[in-house]
Amino acid sequence: MKLNENRTLYIYVLIYFGFLYIPVMFLPIFSFNQGIHMAFPLQGFSTEHYEDMWNSPKLFDALWNSIYVGVVSSLMATMLAFFAAKAFTKYKFRGQALSYGAILTPFLIPEIILAIALLVIWVSVGLPLGLTPIIIGHVLFCTPFCMIILIARMEGFDNNLEEASRDLGEGVFMTFWRVSFPILLPGLIAAFLLGFIISFDEFLLAMFLQGSDQTLPIYMWGQLRFARRLPHVLALGAVIIVATSLVVMLAYWLRNVGQPQEKQDLTFKI
Amino acid sequence: MINWWNSLYSRSDNAKAYVLLSPALILVILGMAVPLLAVFSVSFTTQASFEIDYTPTFDRYIEFMDTSSRTGNVLTTLLGRSISISFLVAFFTLITTYPVAYYVAFYVKKNKMLWLVLMTLPFWTSYLLRVFAWKLILGHKGVINASLMTVGFIDEPLGFLMYSQTAVVITLAHAWAAFALLPLYVSLEKIDYSLIEASHDLGCTKFETFWRVVWPLSLPGVIGAVLIIFIPTVGDYVTPALVGGTEGRMLSNMIQTYFGRANNFPLGAASAVIMLISVALVTIAVNVVTKRLTQRL
Repeated sequence: MKLNENRTLYIYVLIYFGFLYIPVMFLPIFSFNQGIHMAFPLQGFSTEHYEDMWNSPKLFDALWNSIYVGVVSSLMATMLAFFAAKAFTKYKFRGQALSYGAILTPFLIPEIILAIALLVIWVSVGLPLGLTPIIIGHVLFCTPFCMIILIARMEGFDNNLEEASRDLGEGVFMTFWRVSFPILLPGLIAAFLLGFIISFDEFLLAMFLQGSDQTLPIYMWGQLRFARRLPHVLALGAVIIVATSLVVMLAYWLRNVGQPQEKQDLTFKI
Repeated sequence: MINWWNSLYSRSDNAKAYVLLSPALILVILGMAVPLLAVFSVSFTTQASFEIDYTPTFDRYIEFMDTSSRTGNVLTTLLGRSISISFLVAFFTLITTYPVAYYVAFYVKKNKMLWLVLMTLPFWTSYLLRVFAWKLILGHKGVINASLMTVGFIDEPLGFLMYSQTAVVITLAHAWAAFALLPLYVSLEKIDYSLIEASHDLGCTKFETFWRVVWPLSLPGVIGAVLIIFIPTVGDYVTPALVGGTEGRMLSNMIQTYFGRANNFPLGAASAVIMLISVALVTIAVNVVTKRLTQRL
């Protein structure tokens, strides 16, 4: 058997990629459609929904909330994930598998359970709902992702570099700042960007914990009920899809900066 | 302070590792373990109009299990449906993505990176928007119905497309595709190609080679894919809420109601605990069964 060609399989793969991509394409297509009916045949090209989007002050409030939550949670998650990844890649220690599992759990259990758990504890302690509990939830949810990305990146890290720095008289912190940090920077940025995207798109935790502060997905969810407000959500959706795709491609590229060719595939564990 | 830190840090690998892990572990304990315990304890209480009566009781669990009452009937039905839908999704995603992962692992020679990016990119775009896109496609005036009616194949919109379990399964299989593609690809990629050649040299047909060599070796990826899709989808809320209708409602929609409009935290907490236990039991069962199966091979 030569594994050079398999027409049937190739055609199937193309169809599957169609299944994967075509549904998402309908959002941008309909966002340029005239009128409020989301159905074929298209009524004609118009940018009215984008103007509508531009003139929605509540949308921008929600956008800033989302950016704030995303930046804070992803920064914290990247930091926690970095320390954890360091522990897992540098040391062999007792309880290694258990700790690894524990840190992954928030991502593995059904999200709604994490959401109501945070809601219950927050309400019973008597704290006001809002962006703070959402951030805590997002840090829990993003840390596993960032950690997997960083572990893949740090597996080949040469520990001699750190030891050399220590031998030459630098302390733990300066060694990190002047040796490890610059080397790992592309991976750290990639982890931060992907964590940000996860937080930015996250809906369920935000819905349970929102209080009166809306994030962007909550805003969109609220608008879906009104047929009239729907088209500008499509316009917003199209913008989000393009923006996140660009950020993700940047993150993917950064993940491989300075990686030897044969390791590049392995960094794709998630 | 710094001295104390340095002395602790240089003691042993165990201590060093746990110093590094402590922020993440403390977050998991305070942000997840303690809140889960709180949910667990709330599930043994009673909602009395506006206050919660903290006298310990099993009543919420009895309420959930009692199929003769309306509430119990609804809740057990929804639990069963959540589990069966998630299994369908995991199975459907598995059989549709396996050939794709197979193709990329064995046939793609150049630009593997690009293929992998293409496989995972949709996953990063907003989940809410992806589900919403399916609403546009499957809806009564949606893309499929409208085009079929324009062409003249049908006179009435196809009812089963929207607000049904079919809609939920299709949408979830699309949303979670990346989670099946990656573990499958990783396990297929690892297979030593000379094993496949050996199988051919020893006279196996293409199908026999697949069934007796490739498939068993890819089982870890298969199980990984099934579980990583099954576990989160049991608790999915957005998809059943947007495209499920009444027929496609799942347990999480009910849990959301208890923590929202219905304001019955204890019953909602009990439902969540039962969901978590069912997920754990299914996961253990799948693991045991696969261990048995792989031992026989």
